[in-house]
Amino acid sequence: MSALLLAQEVAAEVTAASGSAEFWVFWIIAPISLAAAISVVILKNPVHAALMLVINFFTFALLYAVLQGQFLATIQVIVYAGAIMILFLFVLMLLGVDREAEAGPGKVRGQRVAGITLGVVLFAALTVSVAGPFMGTDSACNTSEAVTTAIAEQGSDARPCTGLEAQNADETGGNVAQIGRLLFGDYVWAFEVTSVLLVVAAIGAMVLGKRTDKLSELVDSGEADPPGEPYELVMVPAAPELAESAESANGPGAGTSAPADGPATRDDDTSDDDTSDDESRGTDGDQA
Amino acid sequence: MSPEAGIPAGYYLLLAAALFSIGVVGVLIRRNMIVIFMCIELMLNSVNLTLVAFSRINGNLDGQVLSFFVMVVAAAEVTVGLALIVNLFRLRASIDADDADRLRL
Repeated sequence: MSALLLAQEVAAEVTAASGSAEFWVFWIIAPISLAAAISVVILKNPVHAALMLVINFFTFALLYAVLQGQFLATIQVIVYAGAIMILFLFVLMLLGVDREAEAGPGKVRGQRVAGITLGVVLFAALTVSVAGPFMGTDSACNTSEAVTTAIAEQGSDARPCTGLEAQNADETGGNVAQIGRLLFGDYVWAFEVTSVLLVVAAIGAMVLGKRTDKLSELVDSGEADPPGEPYELVMVPAAPELAESAESANGPGAGTSAPADGPATRDDDTSDDDTSDDESRGTDGDQA
Repeated sequence: MSPEAGIPAGYYLLLAAALFSIGVVGVLIRRNMIVIFMCIELMLNSVNLTLVAFSRINGNLDGQVLSFFVMVVAAAEVTVGLALIVNLFRLRASIDADDADRLRL
């Protein structure tokens, strides 16, 4: 009947097929991947979401490995799980936003219902259009000799996917060497443009990350008025009511001498250490 | 389906479609900008998975090379995007996307 059923009949002849390994890896990894992705969306704490995304990236790396993409699997772990996610975590910790940032209803009514509905519709559309043509046994993508011969005997027009194994064989230098040949051969122009892109991105991040005088003036003068209750952080001086609440939280033994009229206005635009300002306000409080 | 027969390539595409849809839902329903950004990364990775799966189906490595370029562009995008988020947080003391609803301060 189908190639897969024929493969079952001759399963005894199949050696330690990579098809079997692929089968088990996929059915163990795919649920983990989906669960981690759903956790990224539903977990309230952004740090937990980031860690779930790291798990998700590791599952992606395993899937690349069974799909004959050894180089990509390695790069996935190094670049995504190792660099990009650490950047995310750094920013989360730097901003101190590892807390509930979405309390209360949003400004868009029915956002969740509409979003989930659209997501389900999109998934249905992608299933029909992208995955649908490849769901049959005709598209069985494996290197099992049994299936390959069965397909050949059947005269099916299915193409057993042996191309990548041949390309990643040791004689050719393996997956990394092959990708290197492509990168510095056919795709060398794109590769060079990519280097320009990375330089531009690095310069852009430096320009954006630089604390300009204009921004500092806006923040210090209180013109950049945060909506709602501001976080206590490096850039924004604490509002008077926040300082009072912190003072009352410290209790009577704190010995604060915080000015009752809110944060001291600084006329020197070179003091960037607002944290030490806060701490000293809590300890000795004699800011000049 | 027997273990020896491996996995039809459509299953990888189905998994990638599901992960992409989850990423889209995350972008639509979350309001924390950094989480929205992480969901965008999830979507990029799902597209990478489809590229690698099609590379396997067609038996050539061009899909993997394209996936590599997607990773590079994603790294650049994360760098600039996180710098923008840090700037927004400095201005508004919030990374709620609903708070960033006007261009003036």
